[in-house]
Amino acid sequence: MIEVNNVNFGVKGRQLIHNVSFRANAGEFWAIVGANGAGKSTMMKLLSREHKPTSGSIELHGKNLDRYKLSELARKRAVLAQQNSITLAFSVEEIVLMGRYPFYDSQPTDRDLAIVDHCLQKVGIAHFKNRSFPTLSGGEQQRVQLARTLAQIWEIDGGLILLDEPTTGMDLLHQYETFRLAREMTAKGYGVIAVVHDLNLALQYADQVLIMKDGKAFASGIPEEVLIPENIKDSFGLSVKLIQPDHTHFPIIVPDIGNSDLPGYNHHKKEHITSENNNSL
Amino acid sequence: MQAQVVNKPDTACVIPSAPVKRKTKIFWVTLILGGTLLVSAVFSASVGALSITPGELGEIIAFKLGLIDTPTYDEQKSLVFWIIRLPRVCLAILVGAGLGIAGASLQGLFRNPIADSALIGVTSGASLFAVFVIMLNVKFLGIISEVGGAYTLSIASFVGAALTTLLVYQLSRLTGEGGMTTMLLCGIAINAFVGALTGLMTYMATDQQLRSITFWSLGSLGGANWTSVMAVAPFVFCSVVFMPYLSKALNLLVLGESQAAALGVNMTVLKRKVVVLATLGVGASVAVAGTIGFVGLVVPHIIRSAFGPDHKTLLIGSALGGAIVLTLADTISRTIVAPSELPIGILTALLGTPFFLYILWDQKRRKV
Repeated sequence: MIEVNNVNFGVKGRQLIHNVSFRANAGEFWAIVGANGAGKSTMMKLLSREHKPTSGSIELHGKNLDRYKLSELARKRAVLAQQNSITLAFSVEEIVLMGRYPFYDSQPTDRDLAIVDHCLQKVGIAHFKNRSFPTLSGGEQQRVQLARTLAQIWEIDGGLILLDEPTTGMDLLHQYETFRLAREMTAKGYGVIAVVHDLNLALQYADQVLIMKDGKAFASGIPEEVLIPENIKDSFGLSVKLIQPDHTHFPIIVPDIGNSDLPGYNHHKKEHITSENNNSL
Repeated sequence: MQAQVVNKPDTACVIPSAPVKRKTKIFWVTLILGGTLLVSAVFSASVGALSITPGELGEIIAFKLGLIDTPTYDEQKSLVFWIIRLPRVCLAILVGAGLGIAGASLQGLFRNPIADSALIGVTSGASLFAVFVIMLNVKFLGIISEVGGAYTLSIASFVGAALTTLLVYQLSRLTGEGGMTTMLLCGIAINAFVGALTGLMTYMATDQQLRSITFWSLGSLGGANWTSVMAVAPFVFCSVVFMPYLSKALNLLVLGESQAAALGVNMTVLKRKVVVLATLGVGASVAVAGTIGFVGLVVPHIIRSAFGPDHKTLLIGSALGGAIVLTLADTISRTIVAPSELPIGILTALLGTPFFLYILWDQKRRKV
């Protein structure tokens, strides 16, 4: 579906991406992980054609990204960016409808509106479709943006979905639902590439993981083989261990540090207990 | 969520009411504001030193059109209407529409409801170029012809406005998308620069030029005649006719530049189109009426609160709203201190500044 060949990218003499190659197929969920500043977002911008590689090529469906018209590309892949601040009081429905703009001229068809409704339901925000977007909380706004991204790519055969930290600001339930949704889309034949911060979510949901470090593809492959303590130690600088709880079918990554490494651990714990009592959790 | 997995055919359920509602919304906006504009225009044409009743107004027009043969009104009233009142009302409508639609579209481009052509220095840029033309070429222009001179002035101020807008836009982008602080600081810098140059020219100017320069800085429709109407009309028409085609792209721009690009908007082209179309109106308005501030700020804000932020209704609504506001403001400005006249720029600034402060306050309050 999308093939990245020896891509380099730099601005103002600073090399941000070094010789990255990978190939994501239809029906695959790729998670890009890495430390801050490893080049994950830059990679996403290259994939969405916001930036153009200084050398190397990116091909979507066997055709170089550069050779697509913007309007053509808008009907083949949808992008959810990291930062989405909107100051004007558009309603939730209007925002999601913007995902359909590439498909109609001046009036949305019934089908466009039906897709909007459906996508709103998909991310569980149908009940506030008439709310003004800026009044929503950060996590809710992110879900609206996700619905817009889905609406853009709905009913497209072999569509590509690019998500840059899609779960920013979302609560626990919606983080999981978002990842489940991503899987659901890949089951329908979409390709999904997402920047993921939570390694456990990547381990649990992704088909393929790409670890980036200093602008290079540090490792890639299936999660169980790539997200191993050595790789994580090398790319994130943190010792971890994988534990296999009894009643889950996937392992869990936890920091490998003793209690003594944690400054103020005892104090922290005490406070935690008292606050737990207060809130009667 | 997983329980709601629906296959493609199910999404085809019909929701017939929505598109119809959308269409009527634009229709209602146009009808309500168009009607108000007509009433304001008639009101403005009737009021003044020599008052003409709406009935007489109808007769004057009907006689000109050949619908009635025997006029019952004073000949003087007819002359006042055709030579003084009507061009002035037309000019107010054109300038107001140009400023309103420019304000709305610039706010869309800058992704900030506080972008106003006067505040960010676009008007100043335009008037600077206009003043230059007056200072350097005033005789030369007079030789070509009256109309030719008026057009040169319009084009010069359009170029000034366009260059300033591009400058401010590029600078505000450097500090991140929609950087309000940089934008306003740019406006301060450009306004100060133009203020200094205007001061310099005031120092050097002859009496005749001094009068013109004062006129630029205060803004007035006092110079209205059919020549100035003709000098503005094509520019404003271009702006009002073509800008609504950009409303979808401007809506997408609300999501941010990169998101808009991901949805198929060619930013470079859009930017050029918006800057050219918006500054066409502003430039021509400045050329004939000087600096009239705050119309482009206040009007889109009102339209947005009344009809929502969708640019489809916002652009048309702001053009009509701007025309209404300026027609009424001009009526006030020429009657309130009659027989003398208050420059309209003073009036709009008096009313607009508190409003501007309110928007600033409201934006901050909403963030908390």
